[in-house]
Amino acid sequence: MSTPETKDAPKEIMFAQACNMAMAKAMADDPKVILLGEDIADEQGGGVFKVTAGLSEQFGTDRVRSTPISEQAIVGAAVGSALVGYKPVAEIMLMNFITVAMDQIVNHAAKLRFMSGGQTSVPLTIRTTTGAGTGLGGQHSDMLEAWLAHVPGLKVVAASNPADAYGLLYSSIMDPNPVIFIENTPTYFTKGPAPAPDHVVPLGKASVPREGTDISLITYGRGVGASHAVAEKLAGEDISCEIVDLRTIAPFDEETVLKSVAKTKAAVVVHEAVKNFGTGAEISSRIHEELFSELKGPVGRVGSGYAPVPFSPAIEKAWMFSEEDIEREIRKILG
Amino acid sequence: MSDTQMADKDVLIDIFTRADLIMQSDIKFRKMIGAGQLQIVYYPVRGQEVVSAAMMAAVNQEDYLVTIYRGLHDQLAKGIPSKDLWAEFAGKMAGTCKGKGGPMHITHPETGVMVTTGIVGSGIPIANGLALASQLEKDNKVTVCCFGDGASNIGAFHEGLNMAQVWKLPVIFLCQNNLYSEHTPMAFATSSETIKQRGDGLGMRSVRVNGNDASEMYAAAKEAVEYARAGNGPTLIEAMTFRFHGHLLGDTGHYIPEAEMEQALKDDPMPILRQQLLDMQISEADIAAIEAKNKEIIDEAAQYALDAPYPPGDEYRIDVLDVEIAA
Repeated sequence: MSTPETKDAPKEIMFAQACNMAMAKAMADDPKVILLGEDIADEQGGGVFKVTAGLSEQFGTDRVRSTPISEQAIVGAAVGSALVGYKPVAEIMLMNFITVAMDQIVNHAAKLRFMSGGQTSVPLTIRTTTGAGTGLGGQHSDMLEAWLAHVPGLKVVAASNPADAYGLLYSSIMDPNPVIFIENTPTYFTKGPAPAPDHVVPLGKASVPREGTDISLITYGRGVGASHAVAEKLAGEDISCEIVDLRTIAPFDEETVLKSVAKTKAAVVVHEAVKNFGTGAEISSRIHEELFSELKGPVGRVGSGYAPVPFSPAIEKAWMFSEEDIEREIRKILG
Repeated sequence: MSDTQMADKDVLIDIFTRADLIMQSDIKFRKMIGAGQLQIVYYPVRGQEVVSAAMMAAVNQEDYLVTIYRGLHDQLAKGIPSKDLWAEFAGKMAGTCKGKGGPMHITHPETGVMVTTGIVGSGIPIANGLALASQLEKDNKVTVCCFGDGASNIGAFHEGLNMAQVWKLPVIFLCQNNLYSEHTPMAFATSSETIKQRGDGLGMRSVRVNGNDASEMYAAAKEAVEYARAGNGPTLIEAMTFRFHGHLLGDTGHYIPEAEMEQALKDDPMPILRQQLLDMQISEADIAAIEAKNKEIIDEAAQYALDAPYPPGDEYRIDVLDVEIAA
């Protein structure tokens, strides 16, 4: 996998491939971009999901470094090198392992710019993957974006398609702030339109991939695909759904969200993470604060159950957010 | 290491000059806080002056330092100007970090002070990152990472030392072993007899020295710096020292046995170092001149810190991200 050429470029690429291409481009563009993570160099397999495959062959193992199983040490090394001009991309193999490195992320990466009075900055990217529905159970499937979005000083990004993943990851690496870039394991090998090599998606800007008039579905990552499926189904009943893909969860694009809801007068926030205290609560609350009197009904929220991600397929399916949940919320609001 | 040679005269004077600045600063901080002139959390460093002074005399200003909340001695020894440091301790806009860091979070890149952390042990992985950058840049810098004995009990210590050794990073882990982590004596909470053993266990070059002996500490520091600069990798220095006051100002240190404290005070490194200078035929007048100059620097810095204005309240919106955040 490498940077796409203008000629012979594939029309469609996979999500994982898009991430690989974004890192290849960033590394080619800026010698200060380095990668750190467990098993990421080619000799160790190019990453457990092959997202970094080929990069150490292309850029060498000085810049693409396989690390010990040491999440604190990985993020710490990324923080330290970022303080003196590097743009490290640390891979935390699975999002649950971020818990081990939370001190480095929350107390250091997020705060060093502020606590130093702007003398230093931490332009690091932490790539991580997660996602339920594949029977990996409680410690390999959590969506923890709300924790991170709650910490001032961090940006949190989740792409919903390969082209966005390419453009957003490139922006994340080049951003002067620490960015958590969340990839979705179950959708790594889904395909989407290939981006042009110079395709860049700015952080902090949502997209509106589907316009509608009756209700806004505000979502990100995996929720976007599910929302599209529901919107398509309801279109047959003349219910017109608009979809807002946040792309950046923190700081979220309040302007685009409020503009959409001001038009449709109704909203459902959709995410895969546990519903309680999730990002949906924040977005819903902002909408209520700004548009309460105009709304057709209270903003709906769809998320997964208040339990650890279960192992058994039957319970996992029941726990997880679904298209049926989204449809039910929409009907509840629109009567 | 009684066979350690005495350091050169110029080196000892340099170490004394730094150490005396630290001692006088510590005394002045405690005095001003006690008198209500400053209302800040303060972690006294009296007793540990020589460890830092000797270590920082062995590195250059461009070399990096990562330290912890009990870091005044490290920061002064590394060369942060007293005025800037005092103003930051006082929370003023003129401070190193515009008053947003405070005593526990000092950063001053001009003198290589990259991080001061309030989380015990967590500076170790970050020091690795600075050293990694130096290794990649081939800029010949070393990173010094200071922490106490208590830090060797957190996971980051083990993860960080392991990675540094595997990657042969140019970093010096300076454990200032003052025998107490907060209120807990080392033997109560640390399974190994020495911290050096833990470095040995990780395959790292590890030494244990009397950190209160300027010549011995300097020799160990210099050797570690040369080892790192030559590309051989990290060293763990366990520098034995003592803390003459409680964990933070206001803590009486009641948990330190009286006899232990008495002995420590008898072994106070500062009068010993001063006597060593006299023994080397450095005149009382020359030493007094160093002390007077330091006093002048500190008095000026303290007054500067008191007089300087606080930052405006909405300064909190700056430096969260690279752009100003909304109110």
